[in-house]
Amino acid sequence: MANDASSEAADEVDERDGGKGRRDFLILTGSAFGVFAAGASAWPLLDSLNPARDTLAASTTEVDLSPIEEGQSITVKWRGSPVFVRRRTDEEVTAMQAVVLDDLPDPETDQQRFGDGNREQWLVVIGVCTHLGCIPLGQKANDNRGEFGGWFCPCHGSHYDVSGRIRKGPAPNNLPVPPYTITADNKLIIGREQSEGSRTA
Amino acid sequence: MSTEAHGAPRNRTLKWINDRMPIVSMVEHTLYYPVPRNLNYMWNFGSLAGLALIIMIVTGVVLSMHYTPHTTYAFDSVERIMRDVNYGWLLRYVHMNGASMFFIIVYLHIFRGLYYGSYKAPRELLWWLGVFIVLLMMATAFMGYVLPWGQMSFWGAKVITSMVGAVPLVGDSLTAMLWGGFTVDNPTLNRFFSLHYLLPFVILGVVILHIWALHTVKANNPLGIDTKGPQDSIDFHPYYTAKDMFGVGVFLLVLAAFVFFAPNYLGHPDNYIQADPLKTPPHIVPEWYFLPFYTILRAFTDDWWLFQLLLGWWGMTAKLAGVLAMAGAIVVLFFLPWLDTSRVRSARFRPMYRLFFWVFVADCLLLGWIGAKPAEQPWTLIGQWATIYYFAHFLIILPLLSRIERPKPLPYSISQAVLGGGGGAAASSASPMEKSG
Repeated sequence: MANDASSEAADEVDERDGGKGRRDFLILTGSAFGVFAAGASAWPLLDSLNPARDTLAASTTEVDLSPIEEGQSITVKWRGSPVFVRRRTDEEVTAMQAVVLDDLPDPETDQQRFGDGNREQWLVVIGVCTHLGCIPLGQKANDNRGEFGGWFCPCHGSHYDVSGRIRKGPAPNNLPVPPYTITADNKLIIGREQSEGSRTA
Repeated sequence: MSTEAHGAPRNRTLKWINDRMPIVSMVEHTLYYPVPRNLNYMWNFGSLAGLALIIMIVTGVVLSMHYTPHTTYAFDSVERIMRDVNYGWLLRYVHMNGASMFFIIVYLHIFRGLYYGSYKAPRELLWWLGVFIVLLMMATAFMGYVLPWGQMSFWGAKVITSMVGAVPLVGDSLTAMLWGGFTVDNPTLNRFFSLHYLLPFVILGVVILHIWALHTVKANNPLGIDTKGPQDSIDFHPYYTAKDMFGVGVFLLVLAAFVFFAPNYLGHPDNYIQADPLKTPPHIVPEWYFLPFYTILRAFTDDWWLFQLLLGWWGMTAKLAGVLAMAGAIVVLFFLPWLDTSRVRSARFRPMYRLFFWVFVADCLLLGWIGAKPAEQPWTLIGQWATIYYFAHFLIILPLLSRIERPKPLPYSISQAVLGGGGGAAASSASPMEKSG
């Protein structure tokens, strides 16, 4: 072989330090591979805890909006959580659009909460308090709707307005807007985007 | 040492085993090891906690044979245990109330350690293992409470798991991983059942380490001074086994009183309503043993001056601050050996610490009381001040006391303090067997 001479020289070096250099190399590379293998085999265990495919698949819900009158609300179950659908009055829409952003802990205009083509009369938000996950009150006519006329979370006292934005209390964020579509014949499909339009929430 | 005194087993079978694996010697060491002679009844709670753990494991293993961890069947399977399974009602009520008893015992055990300075050198590791056991217990109890799938089960789980969402950046992905979905649902119930079965055995392992550390550094005692010789100690068996058995009797009476006369007193009626993911009960309350920590969690609101002063301005949310404070309430116990630097262990000889200890106990009770109240004034305000005091006790009062307090003179030895006057002579006449040691 071509490199007989050099490998003999290396053997001689090994002989002199009792093979220490070679052992160190084997220990180091061996441990490195061992650590990598341990990490790689931990990943399937961890990832198995993430939402499974069937859980991810059950992701659209369809509702007929035509029987809902102005000022009424309905609750729809989507992905195991309630979604609040509220048909807002014109006064409410005007009032919400007039809110100054400086008054909001999580600043977002009312318009930003609607994608292109989604009608501002229909407010669609996920009804899970962004503090610790309780369901806020305000869907029934005799519920406490809080100081801003939207929703009130009884667990730790968060107040939301008629745009689903947090106004007062411990919750850090506005009620999230799910992806949804309202078809021409007043069908609401939660879990599907209206169009290619940009949605901020 | 007593192990040598008792020596190898005489029975030939036991000797044969012991020569191959010294398990008999180990048991003997555990039973006959020397313990300070002056322990009071506050020292009963260690062995009682061990008994409580065994009761929980035994009843739990049997209950799991009748329970179904599925959102559709869980609630009904628990009702079936209550109505149809032979003695199912007894097993479940013992398991339910046993959890409460376990926490009472462990809390008293911790306060004992705080009062008598049992966390000071050389018992730091023993203390840390204990704090770790409490953390494991809390996780186990929390997940166990979810299993019956009642309204409180579900909403307690929802509120507590949602705290993970407060972690910056990865909070939402972590919560999804914890839930195995978009909310607390069947995958969550399944994994909680698995972990609720696993963790008690992890606790058992840490308990063995806890006892190992105890037997290495030996028990503290009400005087908080080291043993100076055999005259200060007596064997664990039969002296403390007998004393512990009395405690066991009292404990079982209390447990039986709850199980047979007020089995649901410590629970919530709402948990007998099946979980409804679309309807939050008007008033969510955790189990009583979590109430003080729940108050600390809720103390952090956006408009609280302390939050705004310390944390609000660098972008932390009140939610994250509350979660961190709640965790900190336990974590601060890990640092206790460095926060309290007074070299006197027992509060008996620390007049100022003794006073502040009782104020601290009162503060913990106050935190627990507020935890059961709705999130309204004046409870929120009281809870906030009680939270401040909780942390001030550890972070300000204890370090300060260690510097300014003037402890009372310590007795020369345990035997002198216990038997009075003559010390060594009195001790040897009291137990002549130990003269040779």
